[in-house]
Amino acid sequence: MALLARLRESYLLHSFLRDPVAVGSFIVVVLLVTAGFLAPVLAPMNPYDPAQIDVMDSELAPAWIDQDSSFLLGTDSQGRDILSTILYGTRVSVLIGLGAVALQAALGIGIGLISGYAGGRVDAVLMRVADVQLSFSTYMVAIFLGAIFQATFGVGRYEQIAVPFLIAVIGLAEWPQYARTVRASVLAEKKKEYVEAARVIGLPSGRIMWRHILPNTMTPVMVISTVQVANAIMSEAALSFIGLGMPVTKPSLGSLIKSGFEYIFSGAWWITLFPGVVLVLLILTINLLGDWMRDFLNPKLYKS
Amino acid sequence: MQPAARFRSTHTSSNKKNPMFAFIVRRIAQAVMVMLVISVIGFAIKTAVGDPVRDLVGVAVSAEERARLSEELGLNDPLPVQWVRFLGGALQGDLGQSFFFKRPAMEVILRKAPATLELVLAASVIIVLVSIPVGIYAAVRPRAALSRLLMGGSVVGVSIPVFLTAIMLIYVFAIHLGWLPSYGRGETVRLTSWWETGLLTKDGLLHLVLPAISLSSVMLPLFIRLIRAEMKEVLEAEYMKYARAKGLRPWRILLVHGFKNTLLPVITVGGVQLGTMIAFTVLTETVFQWQGMGFIFLEAVERADTSLLVAYLVFVGFMFVVVNTAVDIIYGLVNPMVRITGRK
Amino acid sequence: MKIQPQDATATPRLLEVADLTVKFALRKGTLPAVSGVSFNLGPGERLGLVGESGAGKSVTGFAILNLIAKPGFIESGQVLFEGRNLTALPEDKLREVRGDRISMIFQDPMMTLNPVLTVGTQMIETLKAHRDISDKQAEAIALEKLRKVYIPSPEKRLAQYPHEFSGGMRQRIVIAIALLTNPALIIADEPTTALDVTIQAEIMDLLLELCRTENMGLILITHDLAVVSQVTQKIAVMYAGRIIEMGLTQEIISNPLHPYTQGLIRALPQSGSGRGARLEQIPGIMPSLYNIPKGCAFNPRCPKKCAICSDETPALLSRGSGSLVACHCV
Repeated sequence: MALLARLRESYLLHSFLRDPVAVGSFIVVVLLVTAGFLAPVLAPMNPYDPAQIDVMDSELAPAWIDQDSSFLLGTDSQGRDILSTILYGTRVSVLIGLGAVALQAALGIGIGLISGYAGGRVDAVLMRVADVQLSFSTYMVAIFLGAIFQATFGVGRYEQIAVPFLIAVIGLAEWPQYARTVRASVLAEKKKEYVEAARVIGLPSGRIMWRHILPNTMTPVMVISTVQVANAIMSEAALSFIGLGMPVTKPSLGSLIKSGFEYIFSGAWWITLFPGVVLVLLILTINLLGDWMRDFLNPKLYKS
Repeated sequence: MQPAARFRSTHTSSNKKNPMFAFIVRRIAQAVMVMLVISVIGFAIKTAVGDPVRDLVGVAVSAEERARLSEELGLNDPLPVQWVRFLGGALQGDLGQSFFFKRPAMEVILRKAPATLELVLAASVIIVLVSIPVGIYAAVRPRAALSRLLMGGSVVGVSIPVFLTAIMLIYVFAIHLGWLPSYGRGETVRLTSWWETGLLTKDGLLHLVLPAISLSSVMLPLFIRLIRAEMKEVLEAEYMKYARAKGLRPWRILLVHGFKNTLLPVITVGGVQLGTMIAFTVLTETVFQWQGMGFIFLEAVERADTSLLVAYLVFVGFMFVVVNTAVDIIYGLVNPMVRITGRK
Repeated sequence: MKIQPQDATATPRLLEVADLTVKFALRKGTLPAVSGVSFNLGPGERLGLVGESGAGKSVTGFAILNLIAKPGFIESGQVLFEGRNLTALPEDKLREVRGDRISMIFQDPMMTLNPVLTVGTQMIETLKAHRDISDKQAEAIALEKLRKVYIPSPEKRLAQYPHEFSGGMRQRIVIAIALLTNPALIIADEPTTALDVTIQAEIMDLLLELCRTENMGLILITHDLAVVSQVTQKIAVMYAGRIIEMGLTQEIISNPLHPYTQGLIRALPQSGSGRGARLEQIPGIMPSLYNIPKGCAFNPRCPKKCAICSDETPALLSRGSGSLVACHCV
């Protein structure tokens, strides 16, 4: 409760509430995420359950256009209710986004800490690897990993492990961002006296890194984390769109858009539009929050 | 800038060239290292996933025939030996046979490469032509309504995935308005045995418009923000004030004094972003059915055509390495501090 | 359009600043950075503009050339230079004066010189902006000026970049740039503050010598009284945006009239005072420009204040000895 009280008094809350964009984005994000996670409760049907789908219902227009259709946002090519699929799909997207960021953060922070603290050869090698991987662009790495995996294991087995797989792929593709950020912080902190003091006392390196240096590197980590979640969601959508992401039977927003795209020429625009809108909204609001957080935490801003 | 150019050639003494030379050598050495790593990865994929026997003769072959072919192809040799062989082949352009196309994988890639390269070129041109003036304008007049609109637009732009932009563009311009074609490259002209260009026909150019805009939309917001941020910092710099105090014309101050300083970090970022752009060609080509490398790559994945996959990996890897090294070297040449000291 | 160099002695005064007021329009309010500043300079005369940080001296220097950037603006006053009012000139005419008839030297040459352009480029461009001459001629003039500031091997220097020089050399280059057009006046804003102490003396000596030989006027903006006492002929002491004392250097140094100036002089370490003597300080700090005290701005810190000091702002008036002082209690 003391934490809550401190939060209420804090500058963070005060500054946050003053910015309408930040507050608005936050509300939208919370709404979308909650709707996603409450999908089993909110959705009219379960789009993953083949028993509930009737292929005769396919490609029906949204209820407010076509009076016959009982589906609020229409149905897709398999007869799945778009609204339900969007809800479940949002859940999958957010899950993968958060999971991937957790993985890349854990990996990246660990490597960044070691690299920055150890210095010398270790640092040089690790950072070279990070640089090269970054220069290949994380999307490319994700696409390659996805492609190799699919080519190796085939599509059938793939469906069962799609979600953990995507988390792994996106996580592995993006760790360099975290590593470089944390390493830069570590290098700056290493020079400070409290590190010297800890070493003189005789604390083991691991402990110094974990308990002393790490907390001080949290600020930049927090700044990039929000944006990275948005990026991860976008990566997952992109992978799904080209067929290397969520399978058609368990669609996420990206794969919905993909299946909808084929029908755009025949006029069933709703299959692409609604998932598209939700996806953009999700990414946009997370990005806006990330922008706010970066502006808030960045001391340079106070110069102006 | 004339006087400086004159001075550069006549007044650098010979021991100033050495650090730059060493710098270039180091970069190239690094590039070679990375290519070797890529070759290892490519080889690993090929060995683990690929089936060269199948690639050559198909699946309807007896077990003895397979065993014989395996021996002939040297597939039972120790891995390092195979890797060297693979490397040798790669250096000569031989990366195996595409199972689906029944042709050397490299040849398939090379035939499709021009499509992707032209697309990337067109998108780059758009980015340069748009982001520089917009970025500079937004930096010089930050409070103008137009600036705010553009910056706001760029946040939204960053949040829309490239394939959605592509789909939207198709829907509006191709389906609804019917102004532009919605898929394919259009009419192409054969320049060499493998280069078919879409740049020389009006039809080809029309087909290029929407895909190029889609592709550029990914990077545009980033570059605009980058140029604006750098320009803003530069505008505050002391040397800008000093240039004003010397009575120089505003255009000269902005372009000669300011812009060159802005360019340096932009070049670095730009080089790296090229990599991302190539990744996005995969997405864009899918939407527009653009017969480029990315499109072929996805088909290879679907068909488990390993040789093609590996060929794509190696080719793209090679392009990345070349571009990044080139950008690094260009940066070194442009930035006087690197040029003189040989270090960044 | 390039103007022909004027004969600076044709007009009696080189520079006349009359009642200059510069303000900054900020969100929190309007700051009076410079209020009613007036002084004159004859051809070849050297004036020191002295004061603590924030006193308004740099702003005055920039205002002379109308280089104040938004949100600052010149509210009122005139700057008469060679017979023209610089505050009323349009931008393109001002550009002809800047860098040509009046040159500026800034504080830190590493920040002032553009790191990505060669010294040669930065010198030639100044010349070509003001004179219609060829590259070769410009190069010759540049070399001549580099020699004047005692830079060895000037031919090699033109192709080099600023970061290849030491701090002292860089400032010499800046001075050389200032000399390129044979200006009538140099405004030097803290020219030695960013340099090592040993180099400071060298640079000031150089500046002094050049002003003498080239018959250039100098406005030296600094907080360093010691430097001012050796280089300038007149001093104007500024506080919170106003000139509070002005007169001949020797007179002000030996016989300061305003309590603030007296405090400044006393605060200088004297070589004659015994060991262990404390450095005298003026208690308090200069007020923020948002909160300038009513009446005389110095009154909260003044040892001599009387009742009227917190009501009426003292005017800058002449006191017998030839100095002007703005104080009720002198």
